[in-house]
Amino acid sequence: MTKLLQTLFDGLAVGSLYALIALGYTMVYGILQFINFAHSDVFMTGAWVAYVVAATAGWAALGGDAPPLYAGLFTLFASMLFCAILGFGIERLAYRPLRKAPRLNVLITAIGISLFLENIGQRPELFGTQPQKMPQLLPDTTLFTIADVNFRVVDLTVIAVALVLMAVLQWLVFHTRLGRAMRAVSHNFSVASLMGINVDAVISFTFVVGSAMAAAAGFLYVMKYPGALKQPADSTWILLGLKCFVAAVIGGIGNVRGAMLGGVLIGLMEMFGAAYLSPHMRDIYVFSLLIIVLLVRPAGLLGRATVEKV
Amino acid sequence: MLGARAAALRPGYGFVLSRAVGPFGAFLALAFVMQLVVVPWAGPFYEKLLMDIGINCLLAVSLNLVNGFTGQFSIGHAGFMAVGGYVAGAVTYYGSFVLWGSPAVHGGFLGGGDLLFLAGCLVGGLFSAGAGYLVGLPSLRLRGDYLAIVTLGFGEILRVLLQQTNDVIFVPAQIEAATPWQMATALGGALGFSGIPFYTTVFWVFVMLGLLLIVAFRLKESSEGRAFLSIRENEIAAEAMGIDTTRYKVRAFVLAAFFAGIAGALFAHETGTTLNPRELGFQKSFDIVIMVVLGGMGSISGALVAAVLLTVLPEFLREFADWRLVIYALSLIIMMRFRPQGLFGIREIWELWRKPPGASPAGRGAS
Repeated sequence: MTKLLQTLFDGLAVGSLYALIALGYTMVYGILQFINFAHSDVFMTGAWVAYVVAATAGWAALGGDAPPLYAGLFTLFASMLFCAILGFGIERLAYRPLRKAPRLNVLITAIGISLFLENIGQRPELFGTQPQKMPQLLPDTTLFTIADVNFRVVDLTVIAVALVLMAVLQWLVFHTRLGRAMRAVSHNFSVASLMGINVDAVISFTFVVGSAMAAAAGFLYVMKYPGALKQPADSTWILLGLKCFVAAVIGGIGNVRGAMLGGVLIGLMEMFGAAYLSPHMRDIYVFSLLIIVLLVRPAGLLGRATVEKV
Repeated sequence: MLGARAAALRPGYGFVLSRAVGPFGAFLALAFVMQLVVVPWAGPFYEKLLMDIGINCLLAVSLNLVNGFTGQFSIGHAGFMAVGGYVAGAVTYYGSFVLWGSPAVHGGFLGGGDLLFLAGCLVGGLFSAGAGYLVGLPSLRLRGDYLAIVTLGFGEILRVLLQQTNDVIFVPAQIEAATPWQMATALGGALGFSGIPFYTTVFWVFVMLGLLLIVAFRLKESSEGRAFLSIRENEIAAEAMGIDTTRYKVRAFVLAAFFAGIAGALFAHETGTTLNPRELGFQKSFDIVIMVVLGGMGSISGALVAAVLLTVLPEFLREFADWRLVIYALSLIIMMRFRPQGLFGIREIWELWRKPPGASPAGRGAS
């Protein structure tokens, strides 16, 4: 029973992380209908910027075992801001000129950007080729224990931050004028523009929001796994990105709530598989779930099937 | 009356024979020249480079059958390569033990070892084709990007499974005691399948490439191949014309997977490479997709040129070791910006100066 609850909690923590990244994939797909392969590298950049900020500021070395609370918040916002600008730049410089090009070209460009970010990140002037250890910004303690289930501060922070961000996004997409514009653009590009919506601005904004979410996820990821800050070109980043993309597809790509659901589902699936079956096979559970979902419900769990017109 | 007129128009046997056998003879001769003249003259570095080029050409041209001809978007091609490589590697490695007691290269040209290697290539290709059938089946329900994701998922599942295999058995006594199942699951795990004898030569690479090129070019001119092309151009229209689109899509997958499997087998038996699940992951698949897109979707000669370029270029960019991949990525982005249809579009290299065909030359992706 304890194991079940503990796994459930761990799965929720990992899943909310995945959901944050999945949101970026799903929003871009919803509007531009292409898989933004560079998204995992924005996530990677977010994690590394968080490291650089935290390491240069040197809060962890202040002597006390718990750095001040603003340290974490400052790092989070710094990394979100950086990646928001990065996402804006990527869209402006690489994707916008290809607005009318075949989708495959955009996809290859995305792969190119992904390669570019990875390898420029490996430069010694930037992040270097060595994995690093994230300085500790949160006390590594268990906040409370219920029924032998340990609620660690880090995990609770991950869930809390993810929930707050998702709530903000939810409000943004469904309760603001800008969100309505986003939904309109994802529905029909040209009609939205006829209705007086500035499509380019909406797309830019989507990238900014998606990238900021990815940066937050990157920050939370290195907080949760301080030892897992691999070098920028390591394949763990892309693999993580792929998993989150799978989450978005399972939830129904283009659907914001679907991405959240898919992320949590993937996180739970992975943790339960690792705990009860074999821990080495976690990627297999994720991709098998994907194939099953696609075969049974090709549009994803919350997606609506579209009829192809001639 | 009509029959007689048709018979008069039918080409003679001599012509048919020369059309059918001629190209293959030419490739055989080319492969011999490569092996016997070019390789001794150029030295081991260029020998390896030639083999790499040939294998990448095999991969690019075979993927072109799916991505370029049929317009389906597959990003799991390295997975088929892995199936072929591991199956063929297991056949020659454990087969050599069973037959000759050691995994060393056995016999000379077309000797026992070479025959075993060819059998391995064939079996590897067939297994890979089987995998291609399985991956192609979902195309019944899935279109475009979703199919791409399934192929990606297939590649990843395969990679993880291969990483879970046991260490390679290298003690003869243990191999004698091992059951076939134990051998089939002892593929080296995450460390890679080491110890596979080096049977791949420039000759064999170019023979296989010749075979694939003949298949690809003849396919392009046949009604079967035109069915592939029609699916690329417009799937709904093709279906309306009575083409069983699902069946042709699956066929394209099977054919492409077969040759990718052979490429994998050649890769497995190449000097200086280890068959490693990590090497055959999605990054390798992306590399192959990039070759196809760079060459122009549907252009066989384009895929060849792109494969050669993208194999040779990194070798010569080694001087700028640190900036190599940055330059590579940038050139990819710039290419897509300024020449989105790839080098040759859908045309072959010798058709470049002809007027473009009625369709727009832009590459067509998953639609």
